[in-house]
Amino acid sequence: MNPEIRVSDTRKHFIQIIVENRFGVLSRVAGLFSGRGFNIDSLSVAPGLDPSVSQMTIETQGDDHVVEQIIKQLNKLIDVIKVVNLSEFSFLTRETLLIRVNTNTRPGDREEAFRIVEIFRARIIDSSPATYTIEVTGDEDKIEAMLNFLKPLGIKEIIRTGKVAVAREDQKIGPKSAARLSDGDVNYHR
Amino acid sequence: MKMSGAEMLLESLKREKVTHIFGYPGGVVLPVFDALYKDPSLQVILTRHEQGAVHAAEGYARSSNTVGVVLVTSGPGATNTLTGIADANMDSIPLVIITGQVPTKMIGNDAFQEADIIGMSRSCTKHNFLVRKITDLPRIIKEAFYIARSGRPGPVLIDFPKDIILEKADFVYPETVSIRSYNPTIQGNRWQIRKAAQTILKSRKPVLYAGGGIISSEAHKELLDLVTLTNIPTTLTLMGLGALPGNHPRFLGMLGMHGTYAANMAIHDADVLIAVGVRFDDRVTGKIAEFSPHSKVIHIDIDPTSIRKNFHVDVPIVGDARVILKDLIEELREISGGEDAFRHYQPWIEQISEWEKEHPLCYTFDKEVIKPQHVIEKIYQFTQGDCIISTDVGQHQMWTAQFFKFIKPNTWLTSGGLGTMGYGFPAAIGAQKAHPGKRVIAITGEGSFMMNIQEMATVVSLDLPVKIVILNNQYLGMVRQWQEFFYGSRYSSSFIGQSPDFVKLAEAFGMIGMRATRPEQVEDVILDGFSRRGPVLMEFQVDPEENVFPMVPAGGSNIEMIFESPGEKDDPKKRDSILTA
Repeated sequence: MNPEIRVSDTRKHFIQIIVENRFGVLSRVAGLFSGRGFNIDSLSVAPGLDPSVSQMTIETQGDDHVVEQIIKQLNKLIDVIKVVNLSEFSFLTRETLLIRVNTNTRPGDREEAFRIVEIFRARIIDSSPATYTIEVTGDEDKIEAMLNFLKPLGIKEIIRTGKVAVAREDQKIGPKSAARLSDGDVNYHR
Repeated sequence: MKMSGAEMLLESLKREKVTHIFGYPGGVVLPVFDALYKDPSLQVILTRHEQGAVHAAEGYARSSNTVGVVLVTSGPGATNTLTGIADANMDSIPLVIITGQVPTKMIGNDAFQEADIIGMSRSCTKHNFLVRKITDLPRIIKEAFYIARSGRPGPVLIDFPKDIILEKADFVYPETVSIRSYNPTIQGNRWQIRKAAQTILKSRKPVLYAGGGIISSEAHKELLDLVTLTNIPTTLTLMGLGALPGNHPRFLGMLGMHGTYAANMAIHDADVLIAVGVRFDDRVTGKIAEFSPHSKVIHIDIDPTSIRKNFHVDVPIVGDARVILKDLIEELREISGGEDAFRHYQPWIEQISEWEKEHPLCYTFDKEVIKPQHVIEKIYQFTQGDCIISTDVGQHQMWTAQFFKFIKPNTWLTSGGLGTMGYGFPAAIGAQKAHPGKRVIAITGEGSFMMNIQEMATVVSLDLPVKIVILNNQYLGMVRQWQEFFYGSRYSSSFIGQSPDFVKLAEAFGMIGMRATRPEQVEDVILDGFSRRGPVLMEFQVDPEENVFPMVPAGGSNIEMIFESPGEKDDPKKRDSILTA
């Protein structure tokens, strides 16, 4: 028998936390991650349906043992009401980006930017003679694909919300790849 | 009737059955101290440093299984408590620390004596509160005490701004407390307990490994019942000493870095490890990959994060140690049909007694120079264990843990997790306050004692009969020992022979001072010193180069214990290689 805790692969995890909507709770959660050497890849927080609680979505990574500790340590915080490791379920993630791109570097860039926005069902929310500011929402793959398309134009600035995630209502829905096709999102080639 | 925040605080403390407050006054908490002046039902123990106040509250709490209360001012008063709070957090000691804060409107303005103690103490408290509304105060105090003493106990800090201390409102103290996000598990899972009982019955070489959780949950009687029923050999952690009587035939002594040979060998060869109220600390396990490599592990703890944090567990049981041990004993009785079912442990017990004979705890008595272990043995002989002992951190701590037999729980106060030099003497003050009629002894080293030496004024002014035993070896002994073993005897910054004359110092503070420089004086000084009524300082000038054995080098496997110093003939390079291993 191996006495050491069995090490599994490091994987990405989405953790949803419901906390008391109180002064200082975010710093408790963030401080826990930094103090114990856990990673935060992205974090988003806002009040929930019940205004006395806040919802946090944390994207983190670690092997099974690390993630088990993250969840236990989060639960140990007095202000934390509930912790769910969404990665144990079928779930959806979304992130919103505001992207400012150059549109006048080469001839045709402005039209190209417009086409990319159409393809990815994004929106132009501000425009200047030399730039567009684009709003896009999607999962990681979509965002990454869109950024790859926009890169040749010259991206001036990106503001990201960080990812939010939600478990599917019907947990019996099949594998995640099949689920993505039913999202109604654009199909794109990578 | 309307009450000020200060009055509400005192009234709330009384509702929580607080009788003693350890503290130090200052600017923003003056209204609280003024209220205390008018209300003699709460006794303030004025220490001479805020760190001393926290350690004293720890000693008070640990020796009596109650919540220790600390009251200090803002800024430096608050920051001086941090070491003590971190200590209590590591050792699961229930405290409520009330710090003054600058007025709400000035928070964040770098006001005089302002410190963000909420931010600073976040990672070393179980929880903390900033009082933002006077009407929240009673609820916050109720919750603070509940959080401090329930689940895995720990320190809770309340930051109390001056404007709220002064503000008046109606006082309504909540009858009950319920926190939707905090519900510690008490009852162990039935199926897991059954599984644990079956695992124990099937084992041939079981070992019980119990710790501070037994003391916190007052499970010592249940632990003794379990050992009596099953005859399972038992080792205790540093924090657990006293959980099983130190003279019990199945007690193997402490385990780990300075544990006994028998305890470490038994853990290594065990087929089932029953871990109760412990957290597999690195000083206990040594090299984790070689700790108890053949055992199935049952781990009982109230803190889910302790389970599988450092070590694999086959049967985890979350809950209160006392409740679970009771259920486990019942389950074992039911499925075993009585004590006969545990007879097959006999060969294992015999094997362990072979190990005990092979390498018992020992030292070489010397006619010329006092051996520190000899002093500890003499104190044990004199007291027969009927006393409360506190220690600081280092060699004297390990010798006391090894050579003193703790018979009862809550009679052993030491800084285990954080390893705080300066803990012991103030802790003894707190213990003496909780147990006025009991003999309380602070065993310390000249290095540690200097870290909170100002508290001599506290014991003298309160006429507390604390007995101070200094084992003076002129070195930061544990540092020197590591330097001797792993740094080629280069004693960098560990010689502190220029200590003050402790006897004269005791007299300067107004207490009796005594000194023993030769082995034949040891007994006389103990007899004389311990029979005096008030506080007494006893300095024993001991062998400067005595080492603590056995020893497992840091990061080494627990079965690779060393029993003697690396001799002159040893290649220094070889010593260095132990360090890097």
